[in-house]
Amino acid sequence: MPDPATAAIEHFARYNIDSAMMSSLLSVALSHGGDFAELFFEHRTSNAIAWEDQQVKSAARNVARGLGIRVVKGDAIGFAYTESLDPAAMRRAAETASRISSDAERPVAIDATPEFRGTSFYSNDDPAASRPPADKVAILERADRAARAYDPSIVHVEGNFGDEMKHVLIARSDGRVSGDVQPMLRFAVVATSQKDGTNRLARKSGAGRLGLEYFDGIPPEEIAREAARMAILQHQAVEAPAGTMPVVLAAGESGILIHEAVGHGLEGDFNRKGTSNYSGRVGESVASPLVTVVDDATIPNSRGSINVDDEGNFTGRNVLIEGGTLLGYLHDEMSARYFGVAPSGSGRRETFKSYTMPRMSNTFMLAGQSNPEDILRSVGRGIFCAAYSGGQVNISNGDFVFSVSEAYLIEDGHITAPLRNVTLIGNGPDVLSKVTMVGNDYRLSTGTWTCGKDSQSVPVGVGMPTVLVSGITVGGTKVG
Amino acid sequence: MAEPDLALATTVVELARRAGAGQCDVIIRESLESKVQVRLGEVEQLIESGSRSLGLRVITDGRTAVCSTADLDPAALARFARETVDLAAISAPDECAGLPAASETPVPLRDGLQLYDESLANLSVEEKVHLAVTCEAAARGADARITNSGGASFSTRIAEVSLANSNGFAGRYPATAVGLGVEVMADDSDGKKRTGGWSSSERSLHRLLDAEEIGRIAARRAVMQLGARKVGTKAVPVVFEPVMAVALMANLLESATGSALYRGATFLAGRVGERVGSSLLNIIDDPLLPGRLGSRPFDGEGVGVHRTALIEDGIFGGFLFDVYTGRRTGNRTTGSAVRGVESLPAPGPSNLIFEAGSTDPAAIIAGVEDGLYLTTLFGFGFNPATGDFSRGAAGYWIEHGELAYPVTEINVSGRLETMFAGIDAVGNDLTWFGSAAAPTIRVREMTVSGL
Repeated sequence: MPDPATAAIEHFARYNIDSAMMSSLLSVALSHGGDFAELFFEHRTSNAIAWEDQQVKSAARNVARGLGIRVVKGDAIGFAYTESLDPAAMRRAAETASRISSDAERPVAIDATPEFRGTSFYSNDDPAASRPPADKVAILERADRAARAYDPSIVHVEGNFGDEMKHVLIARSDGRVSGDVQPMLRFAVVATSQKDGTNRLARKSGAGRLGLEYFDGIPPEEIAREAARMAILQHQAVEAPAGTMPVVLAAGESGILIHEAVGHGLEGDFNRKGTSNYSGRVGESVASPLVTVVDDATIPNSRGSINVDDEGNFTGRNVLIEGGTLLGYLHDEMSARYFGVAPSGSGRRETFKSYTMPRMSNTFMLAGQSNPEDILRSVGRGIFCAAYSGGQVNISNGDFVFSVSEAYLIEDGHITAPLRNVTLIGNGPDVLSKVTMVGNDYRLSTGTWTCGKDSQSVPVGVGMPTVLVSGITVGGTKVG
Repeated sequence: MAEPDLALATTVVELARRAGAGQCDVIIRESLESKVQVRLGEVEQLIESGSRSLGLRVITDGRTAVCSTADLDPAALARFARETVDLAAISAPDECAGLPAASETPVPLRDGLQLYDESLANLSVEEKVHLAVTCEAAARGADARITNSGGASFSTRIAEVSLANSNGFAGRYPATAVGLGVEVMADDSDGKKRTGGWSSSERSLHRLLDAEEIGRIAARRAVMQLGARKVGTKAVPVVFEPVMAVALMANLLESATGSALYRGATFLAGRVGERVGSSLLNIIDDPLLPGRLGSRPFDGEGVGVHRTALIEDGIFGGFLFDVYTGRRTGNRTTGSAVRGVESLPAPGPSNLIFEAGSTDPAAIIAGVEDGLYLTTLFGFGFNPATGDFSRGAAGYWIEHGELAYPVTEINVSGRLETMFAGIDAVGNDLTWFGSAAAPTIRVREMTVSGL
């Protein structure tokens, strides 16, 4: 098995994409000048099997391939893409992108020797995309049986098995070429519990950049039983209190709060434009001294990991906030150039049809010293948030909201009644300043997290230890 | 010259039939897209591209597969059709799966829907840049307190949808879309940035809101949030400005489709013909309004479309169905199939209209002693199975019938059915936002969470 960069080069060689072709297209892209140009070739095959009523409901396969061409001139970009890898179509796209600039031609010559860092953060030895559908159907069957066996109230089970294999090849006008082969596996179960004529649904998902060995670590039965448990729990859930109170964020999934409330505000593009609440604050204290936040694209097999970003830069581990002090931002080429720093390997795009922006990979808060049980015991009355169905942030001022799909009341240091319809609302910097205890139980969530920005979705990971925030507004329905 | 899309769609239907497909349909979407983004008066992005991709659905003995490709080379398509037919074999038979009956696809291709604006194809890059620059300049110049800009963008899409199936349906329609929007910021005294954004999207340029007007609205929305604060937690009347009433309708739609019904995932199950809201509540799905973004001559399965009353005088009229969810629940398709190239059809709205009432919006606010005027909702806190609604919010506090001060970092919650029952005023100011329209409305009581 060749390294992924070489594998990507070989993959696209089938379409007659070689050094000469890439040099010629980049020269067309810079035929009116410009600071920088890049070619992004992508070939993506996705498979999905939908399960319902104890059988396969439908099967799907989508194949997409194409080339995105970007020309950078100062702070501006020209961008075009083509779904056809026909030389004339690619040339037309390069001409279109070139129009952002109106200077003299800059010929480009590149040597398509790919850069490779010597290690890959995911395994392509036995990708799910190459396995026969029957193997995937067997996983869905196991999940279905487990959810139904969990409780007689489970009346409806849906499952989804998805896998994807993505080859990317990036050629830059500075002569650098890199590539990657990126696998993805996604699995989800939705269980419906019916009691006294009312239905409650819950969804549990898992994902990673690996093959079916994913289920050696997390069996489908475990995911299915979680969905069933969370659906049943909702029947007993009571109205949530409304107002500001202490909130304990459970380890793992609560990392979504770090992603939304802090991570987006640290993306280089917003800071370059001065439109983030963290703009111009590097070196300042922006959080409680207990808070250290890291973005790390190199966690083996994690959903948010990538070997190389979509501009061809190696990815890494970037410490964003250390002991409450802001150290830096996440950069793509444009923001790195603006700030005069090295790119952090954070330039990402959804597909060849979209342009790159600074994006997160796996973003998390590091462990602290506290015993998680002591954290709970310290709360007289508050809520405990265990699972989330989504969140959103206003990047320019840090205001955020999260929908909590599993939450409990804390009374006298103990978890008591499950709560329904809980929303957390607050402000990122404000909440980070109110972090008063951080657990020693850091966990990376195994969920299928997808980050949206400017209508572009990319897979990400989140993680966190158990954390106490002394006050967050809880959007419940029960007043007083 | 490449084969025209509709002919190609028919060819692929035939390829799939020959490969053994029982029933099949093919959708081809072709589009030319452009976007111009400017910031601080300078061009930031020029994007221009075309795409053409094809989706094939095969249903053989009730077994379904759906595949997509952008490789439209004839040899590749023959292989693609065979692979899709083979893939269907792994699905289980489902007696509800199938194409619409021929009688459901009369499709007298309607003229007069005004889905296409020829002028978009002839717009120069300079004209597009000018519109975006004008919009941003108006926003930045509207108020001295505007200090920064997220930029303005102008985008166009010129598209054609072609659909053919093995029951003999073949139809196509060209459609355009155009959008202009801007976001600007003002600095608050506590260092917080207040953002205001506004946009307009339409099928044709002449319907688009004036560029300067969009800019002025965005600026007003940023500046009006200056000094925003939290409020205490209490149950109060909530006035939804028109764009917020549209957001509320979007939540309702999650509970009002055949997909939610057959999955047991809607609080509206078994409620057809029953009262689900105040008699002031009328919500319509209408795909036949000329020139609107959600209008279409046939749905994603080639079924003829018509106006559907979802809620009439507070009585629930019924769900939106495609062929599958209709059969699955003992109903018939309402011509509401929405279909992407990569996915199976699923029921969804076309144009949604919250019908106007007779009250002046100022009078709706004037009738509130202590309450919230809602201008922002965010987050995704709606549970279609229970109707529980809980979302982050911002807006203005109303005191003695007047907007008193801006509020932020609050949450509004309630149950959708209780909220609908509590609608006690509907404005006469119906306003369109893309494919949806609503007036100002007032809900008698919701929980506002804050301090």
